[in-house]
Amino acid sequence: ASSSIPVGRSSFSLLQKTREYCLGVLSDGIDRNSDDFLRNSKAMDEIMSQLHSHIDKVLSGGGAEAVRRNRSRNKLLPRERIDRLIDTGSSFLELSQLAGHELYEESLPSGGIITGVGPVHGRLCMFVANDPTVKGGTYYPITVKKHLRAQEIAAQCNLPCIYLVDSGGANLPRQADVFPDRDNFGRIFYNQAEMSALGIPQIALVLGSCTAGGAYIPAMADESVIVKGNGTIFLAGPPLVKAATGEEVSAEDLGGASMHCKVSGVSDHFAEDELHGLAIGRSIIKNLYMAGKQGIMSNTAPDFKDPIFDVKELRSIAPTDLRQSFDIRSIIAHIIDGSEFDEFKKLYGTTLVTGFARIFGQPVGIIGNNGILFIESALKGTHFIELCAQRNIPLIFLQNITGFMVGSRSEASGIAKAGAKLVMAVSNAKVPKITIIVGGSFGAGNYGMCGRAFSPNFLFMWPTARISVMGGPQAAGVLAQIERSRKKKQGVEWTQEEEEKFKGRVVEAYEKEGSPYYSTARLWDDGIIDPADTRKVLGFCLSASVKQVPEETKYGVFRM
Amino acid sequence: TLSSTTEKKTQCIEKILIANRGEIACRIIRTSKRLGIRTVAVYSDADKYSLHVKSADEAVRLGPPPARLSYLNASAIIQAAIRTGAQAIHPGYGFLSESAEFAQLCEAEGLTFIGPPASAIRDMGDKSASKRIMGAAGVPIVPGYHGDQQDIDFMKLEAEKIGYPLLIKPTHGGGGKGMRIVHNRDEFVESFLGAQREAAASFGVSTILLEKYITRPRHIEVQIFGDKHGNVVHLYERDCSVQRRHQKIIEEAPAPDIVNEFRSHLGDSAVSAAKAVAYNNAGTVEFIVDTDTGKFYFMEMNTRLQVEHPVTEMIVGQDLVEWQIRIANGEPLPLSQSQVPLRGHAFEARIYAENVPKGFLPATGILHHYCPAPVSPTVRVETGVEQGDAVSMHYDPMIAKLVVWGESRNAALIKMKDCLSKFQVAGLPTNINFLQRLANHWAFGNGLVETHFIEHFKSDLFVDPHDATVQKEAYHAARFGAALVAACVCKKEQTASKESLPGGDSLLSLWYSHPPFRLHQPARHTMELELDNEYDTSASKLLKLSITYCPEGNYFVETGDSDFNGLEINVLPLGHHEFRVEADGLSMDICLAVYTKGHTNHIHIWHGKHHHYFRQRMGLELSNSDESEHKPSFEMGSHPQGTVVAPMAGLVVKVLVNDGVKVEEGQPILVLEAMKMEHIVKAPRAGNVHGLLVTTGQQVFDGGVLFSIKDD
Repeated sequence: ASSSIPVGRSSFSLLQKTREYCLGVLSDGIDRNSDDFLRNSKAMDEIMSQLHSHIDKVLSGGGAEAVRRNRSRNKLLPRERIDRLIDTGSSFLELSQLAGHELYEESLPSGGIITGVGPVHGRLCMFVANDPTVKGGTYYPITVKKHLRAQEIAAQCNLPCIYLVDSGGANLPRQADVFPDRDNFGRIFYNQAEMSALGIPQIALVLGSCTAGGAYIPAMADESVIVKGNGTIFLAGPPLVKAATGEEVSAEDLGGASMHCKVSGVSDHFAEDELHGLAIGRSIIKNLYMAGKQGIMSNTAPDFKDPIFDVKELRSIAPTDLRQSFDIRSIIAHIIDGSEFDEFKKLYGTTLVTGFARIFGQPVGIIGNNGILFIESALKGTHFIELCAQRNIPLIFLQNITGFMVGSRSEASGIAKAGAKLVMAVSNAKVPKITIIVGGSFGAGNYGMCGRAFSPNFLFMWPTARISVMGGPQAAGVLAQIERSRKKKQGVEWTQEEEEKFKGRVVEAYEKEGSPYYSTARLWDDGIIDPADTRKVLGFCLSASVKQVPEETKYGVFRM
Repeated sequence: TLSSTTEKKTQCIEKILIANRGEIACRIIRTSKRLGIRTVAVYSDADKYSLHVKSADEAVRLGPPPARLSYLNASAIIQAAIRTGAQAIHPGYGFLSESAEFAQLCEAEGLTFIGPPASAIRDMGDKSASKRIMGAAGVPIVPGYHGDQQDIDFMKLEAEKIGYPLLIKPTHGGGGKGMRIVHNRDEFVESFLGAQREAAASFGVSTILLEKYITRPRHIEVQIFGDKHGNVVHLYERDCSVQRRHQKIIEEAPAPDIVNEFRSHLGDSAVSAAKAVAYNNAGTVEFIVDTDTGKFYFMEMNTRLQVEHPVTEMIVGQDLVEWQIRIANGEPLPLSQSQVPLRGHAFEARIYAENVPKGFLPATGILHHYCPAPVSPTVRVETGVEQGDAVSMHYDPMIAKLVVWGESRNAALIKMKDCLSKFQVAGLPTNINFLQRLANHWAFGNGLVETHFIEHFKSDLFVDPHDATVQKEAYHAARFGAALVAACVCKKEQTASKESLPGGDSLLSLWYSHPPFRLHQPARHTMELELDNEYDTSASKLLKLSITYCPEGNYFVETGDSDFNGLEINVLPLGHHEFRVEADGLSMDICLAVYTKGHTNHIHIWHGKHHHYFRQRMGLELSNSDESEHKPSFEMGSHPQGTVVAPMAGLVVKVLVNDGVKVEEGQPILVLEAMKMEHIVKAPRAGNVHGLLVTTGQQVFDGGVLFSIKDD
């Protein structure tokens, strides 16, 4: 369907660009009156309302009582704090809103920490804000993971970090899962040290307590601000001090703003109140004198066209039933500038769509799945990634993949070898990579298409997405086969009914664990997005990821 | 002889020095320019960059800001005229305009004084002498004492003869300075001494006269003009009854509700008065009309062009400054009495920097935003200031005169109301809102003017701060204004942050596209605006606004109030300050002025006929203050009970009690002077004076602590 170019549109394009004749205005190939389209819209409505009900819960933080207590201390909620730090009227890309979703017995809205990217004085920054209304802002394992993920993005994208500290430190009952391991609490400070060494500014605003290990966040920061009355920094709070040494001291005297700014020097800026503290935070960023100098690639076009299709229609394109196939180009057509797509190797390896486009003026290479990965598709993908790496063009992966082709013919032709080439290219290409899982993400396909393990700068999911090593029914089939042969060896009879029950359990487990909520709660992604926001989110991610100075790509050994 | 007249002709004025400042200097320069006459401005250091200096062809510095060292410095002005080769001096009004000595000095130096002869000024300048002359010429005068005998006991006896209530005023000067009404004999001594002191300070002469006080008077004055050939005409009357603190605020011509016979009677009397002193050039004969009896009495004659001369110009279609110059050149009057037309009706509203709720006390400050009503052939704005100028404590706090003309009084009044609502001043308190209330008052609309108009209708004009209905109405209008402010400020700030970006980067500007992106929720913004209660300066209200950015680029503004459902507002910026807003199906143009002082944003909005003023505390963005230096942003009203603060910036002229003494409630404690007006600071309650450290001659600032009253 994509090969037919509507005459009206291409002639419009001709009028627009008399010399740069664009061959690739995509048709989205959608029949808006089809049953599929209407069914998808309806199904998506339900999925979105479910998503919004989950989101609404986390946006209200740790409950009315905790919020009231927070307000009574003249403190804003973490998202309000961020709103006051970013430029007036500017956007904020929040990450992993549903982290911690149904992960623990108790609810932990947004994992107790708010992270995201937004501009301050025109400079994109990574925000990491404790939510004191959620378990006193203490660090659960997922809180640590979300904090570290934010730092990882900041390090990868060279974004100054602003820590809005208001936390009781590690969650003591869960200390074993929070304290000792490599990617536990200590890693936060290690990352601060590393980023500081790389010249990535580390700014801490102490807006509340900052106890024990947490005290190192401002202490490790390049510059820190502390708010009179509310902000305290100490290794041990008054109760512990009394227990340890018998000394009786108030929190303010022990680690308040005055003491730390005038005596200890642990903090650099004294803030009268929270608003003052946030304002100082803004001026610190202003004084970095890097605004506009970094994080900008010169090759964005000053003007860009919107896609010729309504982005809202993205909600109706991806089928909620993953067995139904659809043309990934219809999604591409809705997210790229002018819906203009210059496809690469269109007639070869057709289950993988590759091509060049722009998003908000930024050139990108897009790789999207249109079916199972065959050898040709993998080779085509590898080739295209090499092109983009060579030209320093960011890559966008649109995942809807059930996996690589299996079977004797495939294996004999060396499908593993072809997949390895793709994985080699994906791993080593030193350009910004952004992955959106729009449908299934199964098996090695997840790897070849730049899954989480391949460190894309950002990875988002549509609410229709599914992620697991394979599909539930396939897994059930495999497991049932193994079980049957085990039972056969033992001489135990396995009725059809028992087998179906067994399979049902496996499918159910896969269904649960493959859900985007299961994924996002564990931070396998950076959040679930509304399909209609895909273009914007891609724009924000590109804006945060693009580097002024291209990095040289070096590959390992490609198995030929 | 023939030869002497030809000689005079060659001495025609080609260059005028204007011995004044502000709007009147600008006004004179304008006519001079039209006539091809070159102009010389003079200025004090306070006015170096002011409009009258910029408008003139040349300008000469006189001296430091105080008037006696600059605009009252006669010899410096004469020197300036000689130095620049000006043949004539126009004195404007105020300052040296009614100084016979100055007029004489001009003549002596061979300069033409554009005004009456020194002798006429002298005759009319002495209020007592002028009444004698008028009485002799058959002009009716008010019973009173105008003698030289100034002994306080004698004066008290004279007062008994005339009867209370009576009026005490200095024989020299004008504009109500030093004037006092004495209701009974107990008040006599204090008032008398105060009037003497003020007269001495303002005019250098402390002679006082006494007069019968007319309870329901109208102030009607007649514009007259005489030439050097003995001709005198009148240009009809003006009604200047609406006054506050004995100073005019709205004047009109002709006087409403008088019959033609009375009009010509008044005019004839004014012409007789002028002729009695061999008057030439522009002058005004003021009458007091007793509304109870219909009688009128001569009050005084102002031997200069008056502030309110434009209303006369509008109804007779003449340029009075041009007449002045032509007459000074020796030309005969351009029109005979029968040729003077009378067409339509004109109003003048004086826009002052003043604190209306604090009893019209003069105010000072910077004109952070100044956008007068648009002018047309029937709307004049006489002004001497521009945006960014300061209204200082050195001179008169008048900002501008709004002059409108209409075919009828009603037509003119409608125009004046409209222009007042479009007259935008921000940065200092003004009387514009008050003028609007005056103009909209039914009695004013019916022409029922008299000098006690404001006093009489004060319950309508000054709204009772405890009137819940009025308060509620005012609050609703202000809340609507605040919602518009919120939307416009958001739009403005958003545009500003976008524009401050390095150009050409569409990816970065994506972060600033409208509406701002938030994942799975609309972006919101909160704004806290402090609303000044114009009727009650001690109470201000904090409005908490929540602004939601709507997908269509609109703003949805909510307040915490349960009776406010929120307002979706579309904002289209038109210019730097102007916006077209649409809210609730209604589209309108509004204007916004925002300026920053200290840690506070001051936001003014003009919408419809409303003007609202809000303060917004800012995140102390640029503050590096440490703990010890910190002061709360809003200190007003935080003084302990019994504390008395200066109601205005000014000079302490007299401290009446010593620190620590016991005083009664209402007892005068000290006297402040600002804008050449005295203001007595009284004890707010009985007790002991505490912390009274100011001394005579000391400068105090608006809101500064003067002393406090404590219990024993």
